[in-house]
Amino acid sequence: MAKPVIQVQDVCKAFDGRSVLEGVCLEVLEGETLVILGGSGSGKSTLLRLMMGNLRPDSGQVRVLNKSLGDISAQELADYRKSIGVLFQSGALFNSMSVADNVALPLREHTDLPEDTLAIMVKIKLELVGLREHAAKMPAQLSGGMKKRAGLARAIALDPSILFYDEPSAGLDPYTSAEIDQLIIDLNRKLGVTSVVVTHEMDSAFRIAHRMVLLDRGRFVVCATPEEIRNSTDPLVRQFVYGLLDGPLTQRRRAGGYEVDLLSGGT
Amino acid sequence: MTSPLTPIFRAVAATVAFIGELGLLLMDAAAAVGPGLLRRRGRRVGWINLWAQMVRVGVRAVPIVCLVLFCIGAILALQMAPPLREFGKVAAVADVIAVSIFREIGPLVSAIVLTGFAGASIAAELGTMVVSEEIEAMESLAIPPTRFLVLPRVLATTVMMICLAVVGDLLGSIGGLVVSATILGIDPELYVSRTFDMLKLKDFLTGLVKAGVFGCIISLLACHLGLRVSGGAQGVGVATTRTVVLTIVALIFVDLLFTAAFYFVNL
Repeated sequence: MAKPVIQVQDVCKAFDGRSVLEGVCLEVLEGETLVILGGSGSGKSTLLRLMMGNLRPDSGQVRVLNKSLGDISAQELADYRKSIGVLFQSGALFNSMSVADNVALPLREHTDLPEDTLAIMVKIKLELVGLREHAAKMPAQLSGGMKKRAGLARAIALDPSILFYDEPSAGLDPYTSAEIDQLIIDLNRKLGVTSVVVTHEMDSAFRIAHRMVLLDRGRFVVCATPEEIRNSTDPLVRQFVYGLLDGPLTQRRRAGGYEVDLLSGGT
Repeated sequence: MTSPLTPIFRAVAATVAFIGELGLLLMDAAAAVGPGLLRRRGRRVGWINLWAQMVRVGVRAVPIVCLVLFCIGAILALQMAPPLREFGKVAAVADVIAVSIFREIGPLVSAIVLTGFAGASIAAELGTMVVSEEIEAMESLAIPPTRFLVLPRVLATTVMMICLAVVGDLLGSIGGLVVSATILGIDPELYVSRTFDMLKLKDFLTGLVKAGVFGCIISLLACHLGLRVSGGAQGVGVATTRTVVLTIVALIFVDLLFTAAFYFVNL
């Protein structure tokens, strides 16, 4: 059995008094692709940022290789960050640098490689995501899908052991989305990279996941294999997975006091 | 019931906290000088960044500073001539312009021009980077934004502000000389010799010390407010406006402190 590389233990997080995560527990196993599902505002991106070490939990802990991210030193956190790669929702490319410089930046910062070796490595990473011929372009000249692929090339520049993806398919056409999914699968299979993917695109989730976690309003609902999720009898899981119009999610919205709010006047 | 003084105390506490945050940012930036410019890894990026910022911040501001200071020198000459003529000392225009430009107006006006030129642009740039997740991406790549973004901007603005003050001092004096020679009928040689007789090294140096501190204030405020942006495009606009307003207020206040200090120590 694969060992856990990330353990999220009873984590709570609130922003400005508004609770975003409440007692979430999960484990990410070595070499797997774990997909975190949930509607907008369910806390999945916050959970991802906690695992990346960009946020600290209000209570509970996030453990990486048996060390709590809350207790490690700045140097240890920097070392951890060098061992992970992150693909942000927007790609988060540095707009003042070309695609090649974006990919080269972590290598220039964290290695002593000479420029000619570095240029070869950048070409290899860009070829992996199919952007080698676009190396000289600036991010503003790229389409949404190309930005994500360039972001992925930068994320894998330092050959990370864990990759985090924040909504990798959001806003992309089905073909580009499938391409990104295939890249995630290839990186996982060929390089053994552990992947944590936040998404609410069900087609994409079923394509790439080994296990799936569903969050609802900051609470952990279920963790299961794609097959188990497909066959789940839980009404909330079924409504989310199959996009049903009737179920707990829509009932909750209807019970939101809309009529009272309208009749009370004001804003 | 709250005391009528409560808002005043709150404002004072907020101001002290804000100045404290600026101090911490300055300390972080100072601590990053070694790793940013001298360490083996990432040194290339550090120097490239610094050079790019010096060009952006200082070199491009030279024509505007020249134009503004030339005009101010000319204005001063025209304003001072009538009262000095009443005492039969119209040639003393050179003395007044020399001292006021070198000690006060050269550094201060150059700093105000640089605030509009570089301060606003730094705040907008960093704010946009926050909004587009670039800062978070940088942290995820284990690249501290203080070292990579703040340090080159603070160093570049400080160094270039000193250079701009020298250029501004010269152009202000030339503006006074041109008006004195063409309109006031003062012999150019007399103007130049009176300027050199009047000026002491301390006048020049105190101006440069001020200029260096002004440059540091401009960039620190711009970086601090830019990195604290929240709320999307509107937040970037607010940060830019606040940067310009707060920096101009801070520059004039710090100038007053310097002038008072130099007065009391007879500098």
